[in-house]
Amino acid sequence: MYVYDEFDRAFLQERVVEFRDQVERRLAGELNEEEFKPLRLMNGVYLQLHAYMLRVCIPYGTLSARQLRALAAVARKYDRGYGHFTTRQNIQFNWIKLAELPDAMADLAEVVIHGIQTSGNCIRNTTTDPWAGAAADEVEDPRLYAEVIRQWSTLHPEFTYLPRKFKIAITAAKHDRAAIRVHDVGLRLHKRDGKTGFEVMVGGGLGRSPYIGKTIRDFLPEEDLLSYLEAILRTYNLGGRRDNIYKARIKIQVHEMGAEAFAQKVEAEWAEIRDGALKLDKAALDAIRDRFLNPALEDLEDAPASLATALADPDFARWHANSVAPHKAKGHAIVTLSLKPVGAPPGDATADQMDAIADLADAYAYGEIRVAHEQNLTLPYVRQKDLPALWAKLKAIGVATPNVGLISDIIACPGLDYCSLANARSIPVAQKLTERFADDARIADIGRLHLNISGCINACGHHHVGHIGILGVEKKDEEFFQITLGGKGNSKARIGELIGPAVSEGEVVDVVERLVETYLDLRTSPAETFIAAVQRLGTDPFKERAYAPR
Amino acid sequence: MTSPLQRKLKIAGPTVVTANRLADGAVVWLSPAGGWTDSIGAAAVGSTSEDVLRLLDIAHGDENTAVGAYPAPVRIGADGTPEPANLRERIRVSGPTVALPAGASAAA
Repeated sequence: MYVYDEFDRAFLQERVVEFRDQVERRLAGELNEEEFKPLRLMNGVYLQLHAYMLRVCIPYGTLSARQLRALAAVARKYDRGYGHFTTRQNIQFNWIKLAELPDAMADLAEVVIHGIQTSGNCIRNTTTDPWAGAAADEVEDPRLYAEVIRQWSTLHPEFTYLPRKFKIAITAAKHDRAAIRVHDVGLRLHKRDGKTGFEVMVGGGLGRSPYIGKTIRDFLPEEDLLSYLEAILRTYNLGGRRDNIYKARIKIQVHEMGAEAFAQKVEAEWAEIRDGALKLDKAALDAIRDRFLNPALEDLEDAPASLATALADPDFARWHANSVAPHKAKGHAIVTLSLKPVGAPPGDATADQMDAIADLADAYAYGEIRVAHEQNLTLPYVRQKDLPALWAKLKAIGVATPNVGLISDIIACPGLDYCSLANARSIPVAQKLTERFADDARIADIGRLHLNISGCINACGHHHVGHIGILGVEKKDEEFFQITLGGKGNSKARIGELIGPAVSEGEVVDVVERLVETYLDLRTSPAETFIAAVQRLGTDPFKERAYAPR
Repeated sequence: MTSPLQRKLKIAGPTVVTANRLADGAVVWLSPAGGWTDSIGAAAVGSTSEDVLRLLDIAHGDENTAVGAYPAPVRIGADGTPEPANLRERIRVSGPTVALPAGASAAA
């Protein structure tokens, strides 16, 4: 965990005082709505269908047990006892009263969390691999650089009013678990000749116009990270469109200019500033690195006897197969907690669950929790010998559904049940799908399959990069759902292909099941995954079955 | 010829004006008395664009009580009171169509 310094703490305390004053002036009528709205948005406060929504930033998805308890307390004290983890590693509270928001923020500031950079046309919370610092396939811990970017970007005076919001994601592993290619800037940390640097991608994004990011630099030395980002942001800030909100993201600028021309502009700007104040020298990086207090892991052996014994239990074995990942340290494991129980809204956790998870993190995982963009939680440092005991306790609080990475591990936005932008409901579709695919053995047989649902074209549910994507649309006050196939959000990211006309709410679960049955019939063997079969066969066989007359 | 300064609003039937209450974000409707009510059944109903523009003027003049006012279509129920006429407004009236998580409280 990064340990915030007194500057961060004092800044947040001052921010709460400032926001409290703004709220008081708004409630007294001294500020009008036009004046107040941008102020609340800069603190993560939205007005949704039924109430205010507070989006709380979880920097690069890392939480301490103490911070998770603080979130639970806010859920219990100011909201309705639950929160919703999002695809950007944040958490949202759906029912907070404006008058109580300053108190909620003051409580969060006590544990150095806040809503800054979760809204508005600024550089948003940088996201990364939820397994950072623990993954067996990692080159280096990317959180150091996420924190560097946080310190540079928070309240950056030049980039507070960008043409649109700006999202950065970093990965440092062979397998991209941060969906970097569908971000405004994606950074892939890698090594060249023993030096640390980044492949820099720009112009990725989902929403109305989905694009995969284009690489504009294969290797950017780490010391140049901030100056190069500054050059990208300047190029975007000056050249990005402000005349049309739907064309204001950097992806449109990159697409319209061409990646090569965009890169030339960036390089020209960078040449002016690369050796200036933003150069990251070793001392600066070390100072930040030193504030990360990582756990001193025990020297343990892999595959302890107690684990081998537990794996004889088929229920434990099934959970272990998809919820436990290899760790860089011997004798340890990374554990994903599924927030996708059958019939429940994806990504929701109650205050009681958050408290219990915090206790389990303290008992079994060095007090650290991560939020994954798939809307699950992760315990990154678990002793393998503790897995059976941990599993039993996770099961007891409903976060051990053995579906991580499987069809019922659905990413879904809040949809029309909460969101003022949505056209259709996402959660009920997700619930019905998890009920249809509730059988653990069946979903294990289907294997890895990412199903993502968005309630509108803004694509918060990342439907474009779902192996199966579902997009809710509205026609004459009825909900319909478009189906896309073949999307991927990983290192070989691609946008899914629309396979036909939208189907009604009553049909959508059946259509998904027919897609799955087609895969099961046509796969070469259980080793061929759904997405591999779609890539081999193309979408035609799936379309034919999905839309076959009945 | 229509003056460019003349405001236009196309409505397709009975319409109410709805917003969110400033203090807590709760859904409210403009009442016939020009205040706000938390019951759609007690909302003022306009049946012409002039009616609804007048209601919107009242609503926009009271942004220190309720914000984001807009016209919403309604149908008139058997008891003569307005009911939401589309899914979005039905959800705003009744809340999420999904059960809150087990252990969640109904209201803060």
